[in-house]
Amino acid sequence: MKRFWHSIVVAASVAVGVSAAATLPARALVEIDINQGNVEPLPIAITDFVSTDAIGAEISKIVIADLKRSGLFAPIDKGAFIEKISNPDQAPRFDDWKVINAQALVTGRVGQEPDGRLRAEFRLWDTFAGQQLVGEQFFANKANVRRVAHIIADSIYERLTGEKGYFDTRVVFIDESGPKDARQKRLAIMDQDGANLRYLSDGRAIALTPRFSPTRQEITYMSYESGQPQVYLLQIETGQRELVGNFPGMTFAPRFSPDGLKVIMSLLRDDGNSNIFVMDLRSRTTTRLTNSASIDTSPSYSPDGSQVVFTSDRGGRAQIYVMNADGSGQRRISFGDGTYSTPVWSPRGDLIAFTKQSSGEFQIGVMRTDGSGERILSSSFQQEGPTWAPNGRVIMFFRQAAGTAGPKLYSIDLTGRNEQSIPTANFGSDPAWSPLLE
Amino acid sequence: MRRIAAMTRNPAMIALVAALAITGCASKKTPNNPADLGLGGGAGAPGSAQEFTVAVGDRIFFDVDSSVIRADAQATLSKQAQWLNKYGQYSITVEGHADERGTREYNLALGARRAAATRDFLVSRGVGSNRIRTISYGKERPVAVCDDISCWTQNRRAVTVLNGAGS
Repeated sequence: MKRFWHSIVVAASVAVGVSAAATLPARALVEIDINQGNVEPLPIAITDFVSTDAIGAEISKIVIADLKRSGLFAPIDKGAFIEKISNPDQAPRFDDWKVINAQALVTGRVGQEPDGRLRAEFRLWDTFAGQQLVGEQFFANKANVRRVAHIIADSIYERLTGEKGYFDTRVVFIDESGPKDARQKRLAIMDQDGANLRYLSDGRAIALTPRFSPTRQEITYMSYESGQPQVYLLQIETGQRELVGNFPGMTFAPRFSPDGLKVIMSLLRDDGNSNIFVMDLRSRTTTRLTNSASIDTSPSYSPDGSQVVFTSDRGGRAQIYVMNADGSGQRRISFGDGTYSTPVWSPRGDLIAFTKQSSGEFQIGVMRTDGSGERILSSSFQQEGPTWAPNGRVIMFFRQAAGTAGPKLYSIDLTGRNEQSIPTANFGSDPAWSPLLE
Repeated sequence: MRRIAAMTRNPAMIALVAALAITGCASKKTPNNPADLGLGGGAGAPGSAQEFTVAVGDRIFFDVDSSVIRADAQATLSKQAQWLNKYGQYSITVEGHADERGTREYNLALGARRAAATRDFLVSRGVGSNRIRTISYGKERPVAVCDDISCWTQNRRAVTVLNGAGS
């Protein structure tokens, strides 16, 4: 994954000098095994960062919210804290934290540099081992307080679970407003926790299915703005838009290749069927990957770029197929009852998330890449469109519950636990998770 | 559903069925909707868009996950073709739609297939293919918005829109 945006947040992994216990811990360091089925959330104390203004408490609040929503942490109520942290350079009184069962403790400080930048530092402590686990320092533009907090939460998550976090990420989605039979569908982007909502289209034309570039601040999506549904590219920062290819008919269901250099999508044939094509964004050459008198759509690359999973109804009903990236070796992998669509390859490469329609319900599930090991994570009246957090542990999707006026965004752990609603101003659909910003 | 399919052979009944079904749901107030044009309002002047919508019937309906032109739809499309062959000044857009009981991208493709099947039928009845444009709205433009089959059957449709006729 390419790094971008490092001009905004400069992170330095600094071992902030403090005389932490230098002896080996008497017990294993605190950690969360997220691979077991039912994770008991880890009690953690996150203190207000020491500061001369409200930013210290704000950072702490965001870190608490991130860790709590992950389902893996149980932040302890501040009212229970005994020690008040006033100098984060000093080791805390571990006994004061052990007695309230805080297995981990976060302390920090935030202030302003002479040049106006924000300087934030934090430490993660193992209270029972009496040891500092992480000490880091960040410099950032003041406008990026939330990002600093998310990066701190990611660092804590990574140190305690052994997996990369996903808090410093964004979600591009479709903001839906107005009555169902005349709904406005706009491109929108927000932080993964719903903050910093920004619109990327004006809503005059229906926009659908936005997806992030894995390498650039760019999305690909489908819009009716020309009158004919077509796939576009959009530079998030500049707002510059560009039509992908010059096809006579509808193009839809776009996604980037893992290297960000190609867009794979469906192209409508004159006979009414749809096939999968890939366009090289540099040479502008188009290659046909499927050629069947059926609906072939929703292509998604494996993270190594060698294979593509897609939906096809060539067998009579929508099912999931896998092919090599050159279109060879097409084979069906879903064989359960019902229909399967919207397959999305996990960033870890080992699973495919999908939407299944069965017994009048819509289900979000995962299966191995050979179709075995199907697991349903969530089932309801109407839900679809899974997207993976960059660490492959959480899936976001959209659901319209029966009798409700519109869809909302939800996330759920790969275990099928910890379902969370994602706050959006209006209705929301088609979420797509960004890579870690870094 | 089968019963509705049988009834919709009569264009007057299409409007009636739509009116009945919509009572239970929110209805879309556009002149494109036959229910809103009124049954007693007359069929409009010969060659008018109103005549096409009301007397001929501007839409056909499909079975679940199907783009097969049903017998009742064939009757409607044959009348559409007859009318379009008589009034050659119109070009048309055939809109293909799906109900909400499918995923978004698949339904875009399904709507496109329905539009193409409708176009092909009209062409087979003598309407010049150069007069016909097709577009799919997938499940993005429902006319009936309840959460049950009475609405889904109305949303699985292909609508023939006369271009420049204000519809």
